[in-house]
Amino acid sequence: MTTIGTPPKEYLLAVEGLTVSFDGFKAVNDLSFYVDENEIRVIIGPNGAGKTTVLDLICGKTKSSAGSIRFREKELTKMSESQIVLAGVGRKFQTPSIYDDLTVFENLEISYPRGRSVLGALTFKRDAAVRERVAEVAEAIFLKDRLHDNAAFLSHGQKQWLEIGMLLIQDPELLMLDEPVAGMSVSERIKTAELLNTIIKNRSVLVIEHDMKFVEDIAHKVTVLHQGKILSEGSMEKVKNDPKVVEVYLGH
Amino acid sequence: MKRAPSFMDLKDLIAVGLLAIILIVVFPALLDGFRLNLVAKYLTYAFVAVGLVLCWGLGGILSLGQGVFFALGGYGMAMYLKLEASSVENTKIQSTPGIPDFMDWNQITELPYFWQPFHSLPLTILLIILIPALFGFVIGSAMFKRRVSGVYFAIITQALAAIATILIIGQQGYTGGVNGITDLRTLHGWDIRTDSAKFILYFVNAILLLCIVGFAMYVRDSKLGRILVAMRDKEDRVRFSGYSVANFQIFVFCLAGVFAAIGGAMFTLNVGFMSPSLVGIVPSIEMVIFTAVGGRLSILGAVYGTLAVNFAKTSLSESFPELWLLGLGGLFIAVVLVFPNGLAGIWRDYVQPHIDRALKLNSKDPTDPAANVAKQAAAASPAE
Repeated sequence: MTTIGTPPKEYLLAVEGLTVSFDGFKAVNDLSFYVDENEIRVIIGPNGAGKTTVLDLICGKTKSSAGSIRFREKELTKMSESQIVLAGVGRKFQTPSIYDDLTVFENLEISYPRGRSVLGALTFKRDAAVRERVAEVAEAIFLKDRLHDNAAFLSHGQKQWLEIGMLLIQDPELLMLDEPVAGMSVSERIKTAELLNTIIKNRSVLVIEHDMKFVEDIAHKVTVLHQGKILSEGSMEKVKNDPKVVEVYLGH
Repeated sequence: MKRAPSFMDLKDLIAVGLLAIILIVVFPALLDGFRLNLVAKYLTYAFVAVGLVLCWGLGGILSLGQGVFFALGGYGMAMYLKLEASSVENTKIQSTPGIPDFMDWNQITELPYFWQPFHSLPLTILLIILIPALFGFVIGSAMFKRRVSGVYFAIITQALAAIATILIIGQQGYTGGVNGITDLRTLHGWDIRTDSAKFILYFVNAILLLCIVGFAMYVRDSKLGRILVAMRDKEDRVRFSGYSVANFQIFVFCLAGVFAAIGGAMFTLNVGFMSPSLVGIVPSIEMVIFTAVGGRLSILGAVYGTLAVNFAKTSLSESFPELWLLGLGGLFIAVVLVFPNGLAGIWRDYVQPHIDRALKLNSKDPTDPAANVAKQAAAASPAE
C-alpha cells in the first residue's frame, strides 16, 4: 500500500519494499519495517538471514536493487556513504574497525564531526572543545588511561569500545550496531551493556545481536529475519513465544 | 611510536635544521662544481620522493607513474627556456626562424598553439603547478571515485608512464622526440650554463626542497595526515565516519604530482635539458625505490634515501656501468625483506636509541638501567 501525502505517523527510519539480490539470490527480499524516534530495535535471526546486509543497505555500503529507505524524509538509497553519515546515521561494524596505527585520541578525533572536507582537515585545529569531548567520550568507553596508546595495543573488547566511542563522538541520530558484544568476556559484556544503555539516550538504535540475554536487556522491539524476510516482529515477549521463531531460530 | 600532534616539534626542527646545514653549508663547502651540480640533480628527484611519502607511505596509494608529473614540470620549464633560446636571430639559419630547432628539422613551420603560453615566465611557472594538479585531478577522479586502488592503481599509473614516453618520442616535431629538449641557454635573459649560475641554482633548488619538506610535514601533522593513515588502514571506517575518501585520495595524489612537477622544473634548470629518459617506467620505479630506501613513512628519510641511492648509482656506474641495474634490484629486494622502514627505520631502531641514551647520560639519572648500560658502552667506546 502506498500513501500519497503525509503518512499518518512520522517514523525516523522507514524501510519499504527493500530488496537486494546478489547474482539472483535475494539476500533481502521485499523487506519493510519502521523505526521510531528513540526506539531500540534489535534484529535477530539465524546465520545468513540478511541481518548485516540490511545494515549495509541502510549505510550505503551495498546498493539496493529495489525499495526505499527513508530517514528523516531523505532517501538514503540515492546518497553516498559519507552523505548518509552527515544525514545522521552511524554504523559500527561486526569486527572492530578502528585505526591501528593511530592513538586512541586520534581515532576519536577523526570521528569528531568537524573538518570533514579536505580543506577542513588541513586546517583543523585541536582546540579545547575537541580535547574536552574526546576526554569525555574516552571516560565513557573506559579508555581514558589509554588515550595516547596506539589502538593496535588494545584488547579485542577495548577495540569494540573504541569503535562505539567513535560513533558516540559522531553523535548520530540513528546508531547501528552489528554484534556489539560478540567475542567479549562476561565482565566486558556487562560493561558494554551499561555503556550502550548510556549512549542510546536521545537517539534511535538498530542492533544486531545473537546474545538473547543481552537482547532482552536492551530491546524495545525485536525484528526476526529469516531468509531475507521478516518472520516475526514485536516485543521480546511476543517474539519469544512465536512458534515460527522458536522453530527456525530459538530452538525448542 | 607516538607522533607529536603539533606541526614541527623540537625533534622535527632539529632534523630539518640538520638537513638544511648539510644541503646549504656542507655540500657546497666540500664538493666541486661538477659534483655539486650532480647533487642538485639528485635533489630534484627528492621532490618526487617527498610526494611519494605522503601519497604512498601515509595514504597507501602507490603510484608508479610519478615520472609523468616530473615530465609535466620538466617539459614546461624546458619549453620556456627553449623558446627563449630560439629567438629569431639565434635561429636565422633555419628555414623558419624563431621556432625551436627540432621543429624546423621536422618541417614544422609554425609554433604549435600549446607552446604559445610558454613565452611568458610567470605563465610558465603557473602552468608548472596547474597542469600536473589538473592532470592528477582528472586521473584521480577517474580512478578513486570508482574505487580503483592498490595494485590496480599502481599498474594503471605505470601504463600512464609508458604512454607518456611513447607520446613524447612519437610526436618528435612537438616535443623534441627521444633527444628531448636540449640546448637551453637563458632564463629570462640570465645565462644558466655558467658555473656561477649553476651554483646559485643549486641553492634555489635546495631551499625550494626545504620548503616542500616543511609543507609536507605540515600536511603530515595536520588532521589530513592522520586521515591518510586511517584510510590506508581502514578505508571503510573513514568513509563511514563521514569523509569522502576519494576526495582525500585525489588531493594527496595531486599534491604528490605537483611536488614531482616542481622537481622536474628544477631538474631542467639545473641539468640543462629534459628528455623522455626521465619519464618512463624505469625512472618512475626508481623514484619509488628512492622513497622505499629512505623509508616510505619518513619525509626526511626520502631525501636521504634519494641522495644515498644516487650517490651509489653514480659511483657504481662510473666503475661498473652494467652492474647498476642489478644493484638497484638487489637494493629494492633488501629493503622489502630486511629493512621495510628503510634508512629512517634503521636510524630509529639502531641510532636514535643510542642518542637518546647519550642524552639521558648527561642529564643525571643513575637509577635508569638503560642509562647505566649506555654509560658502560660509552666508557668502552673511544669515540665518546
